Amino acid sequence: MSGVDPTFDLDGQPVALQPGDTILTAAARAGLDIPHLCWSEEVSGSASCRLCTVLADGRPVAACVTPAVAGQKVDCRTASLATQRLRLLQMLFVEGNHFCPGCEKSGNCVLQVQAERAGMTDLNFEVLNPERPVDASHPDVLFEPNRCILCQLCVRASDEIDGKRVFAIGGHGIATRLLIDSPSGRLGDSALSVDDRSAHICPVGALLPKRVGFAVPIGQRRFDTEDTRG
Amino acid sequence: MDTRPLETADNPAGLRRIAIDPLSRVEGHGKVTLLLDDDNRVRQARLHIVEFRGFEKFIEGRPYWEVPVMVQRLCGICPVSHHLAASKALDRVAGGWPVPPAADRIRRLMHYGQIVQSHALHFFHLASPDLLFGFDAGVDQRNIVGVAAAFPDAARQGVMLRKFGQEVIRITSGKRIHGTGSIPGGMNRAVDPAERDALRAELPQVLAWAQDAVSLARRLHESLPARYADFADIPAAMMSLVGRDGAMELYDGVLRLRESDGRIAVDGFDDQRYRELIAEAVKPWTYMKFPYRRDLGVDDGWYRVGPLARVQNCDFIPTPRAEEARQTFVAAHGGRPVHAVLATHWARMIELLHGVETVAALLDDALITGGPLKAEGPRQRSGIGIIEAPRGTLIHEYEVGDDDLVTRCNLIVSTTHNNQAMNEAVRAVALRYLDGETITEGLLNHIEVAVRAYDPCLSCATHALGQMPLAVSVRAADGRVLDHVLRNSTGELLRDGPAHDAEAAQ
Repeated sequence: MSGVDPTFDLDGQPVALQPGDTILTAAARAGLDIPHLCWSEEVSGSASCRLCTVLADGRPVAACVTPAVAGQKVDCRTASLATQRLRLLQMLFVEGNHFCPGCEKSGNCVLQVQAERAGMTDLNFEVLNPERPVDASHPDVLFEPNRCILCQLCVRASDEIDGKRVFAIGGHGIATRLLIDSPSGRLGDSALSVDDRSAHICPVGALLPKRVGFAVPIGQRRFDTEDTRG
Repeated sequence: MDTRPLETADNPAGLRRIAIDPLSRVEGHGKVTLLLDDDNRVRQARLHIVEFRGFEKFIEGRPYWEVPVMVQRLCGICPVSHHLAASKALDRVAGGWPVPPAADRIRRLMHYGQIVQSHALHFFHLASPDLLFGFDAGVDQRNIVGVAAAFPDAARQGVMLRKFGQEVIRITSGKRIHGTGSIPGGMNRAVDPAERDALRAELPQVLAWAQDAVSLARRLHESLPARYADFADIPAAMMSLVGRDGAMELYDGVLRLRESDGRIAVDGFDDQRYRELIAEAVKPWTYMKFPYRRDLGVDDGWYRVGPLARVQNCDFIPTPRAEEARQTFVAAHGGRPVHAVLATHWARMIELLHGVETVAALLDDALITGGPLKAEGPRQRSGIGIIEAPRGTLIHEYEVGDDDLVTRCNLIVSTTHNNQAMNEAVRAVALRYLDGETITEGLLNHIEVAVRAYDPCLSCATHALGQMPLAVSVRAADGRVLDHVLRNSTGELLRDGPAHDAEAAQ
């Protein structure tokens, strides 16, 4: 019909879409939240984390990379998907060392807030307690691999925004890890600058500008609510 | 009275073992073991700390700016003490010492709020059941629920005093427990004027409660039955921070050591040089280390920290009501040094009153609502922070590499300083009240009362990782030792020596 924007249905609500939209970008523009960890409007989608998995006409797809189609029925908030998201988050927690009480990203951490929104109150799986040495070789940026969730946001930001290709993903399965492009494999020998976007885009506390720590007081952090305001 | 031999029985074989396990109404897990002979004579008495934390080890390798928040998790009762001691040490590392005046005031406010809440918790919730009902009252009554039923006003005042202290912590750190206010070089927040005003409005009532608490502690102390007149009365040297003018000073000062007879042994000692003053020893039967004065050595160099030491170590308390209470305390003891452990409760409530008065003064200080909050300067490789925590002197020391990661951490917490003093108290009470008696629960509680007076935080105090001597014995069913291995404090394994006496008491 001419004069009417095309829409798709997200959990019963019509969502307007524009050319080039993915399900997630259209929903975000409409102010509707589809849970995600590895998506940012600053860089291309990668479908790494799969937290944004929705049912598009009954088929599971990653909302961050799947084009929105007019007239499509998309289910995001189903009981089954909620359980899968919870399990996925729990697996991310047990695969790394995520200790929110001592982490400076707490209150600003996307993994933490998604876990909270998913109602995560336990780990469900056996913790793996990996031993991954911290890379503090860079004068201004800290890499804490124990908190890395392999979302690739730093990889894409370095490629697409900074034009440096400092990061890549290597290895397979449980041994998959973030690689740093430098002779030593350490951050201090790479081309990374603390002014690079990739040094700031990490959704968790894995890649952090040094000496910032707990500079933002409780109550002013990104995800603070009445409950966390103290 | 020489109680020293009771640390280790000459011949533990055949002795009857009694364990108070766990100690109740203290923070953390500990136990007391007694070895008695056939006539119920006490041959060995020890306070053991049986939990292990190892914080010193897992702080290593962490970025230094993370540490003031991380170390708070040592404890849920006085996290602020660790938060601020670590901050003061890392101020030096970050080149941010001294912190700006506003940050100094806000940190002090947080710290004195902590003194108030922790002292209120200990006196009303943990200690008062013994004092109000008697050491050997029934266990069904000797608890906070019993206090609430029989003395509802006292119980309520305890809760409300603690709440006030917790609120002071919240407006300075963002949370009542485990906030984030203090950072290396200063603070991340000032105090919101509306929140300050809300606390100010409560002050007249809170001050009255604090004065009541001093009166109650004094009354309970003075009305103790005569048989407790010399209860755990053990002369000990006293150590604390004091101000440069000799004032009671709980946030930042110089170290003073006073001999048990009241003479000042060391004064005006720079806290950054504490290691020239004290060292730590380890023993194979407990996870808690034994600090001692270097000049006197391990056996004779032990000392006492905490309220009883502080109230007597200072020349005066710089707030009027608490100073008046201190003078009353001194006069009540004829001006002589007080070492009776039960007087600690009275001293603790004097400090609580001082805490409320100090909070009141700081809430009137316009600096707490703003101004520069963070100082910066050249990075240093190490830093020491010493603070008077509710339970006594707390030392944090860090070394930090050029990559900003902590390479070494040493924590000497209040309860650790008091380790030998508490063991001495256990032995004195065991000899005085239990020796030769038929052991009852009420008698065993006498030992707990002595330990409890120190308000030990056992979870904070257990860090001997890597230096912990360990003794293992394998025995046949008839008691014969089949194998014995001792790992000494340097990690060396020794075999075929005599079975370590520690084994008998575990």
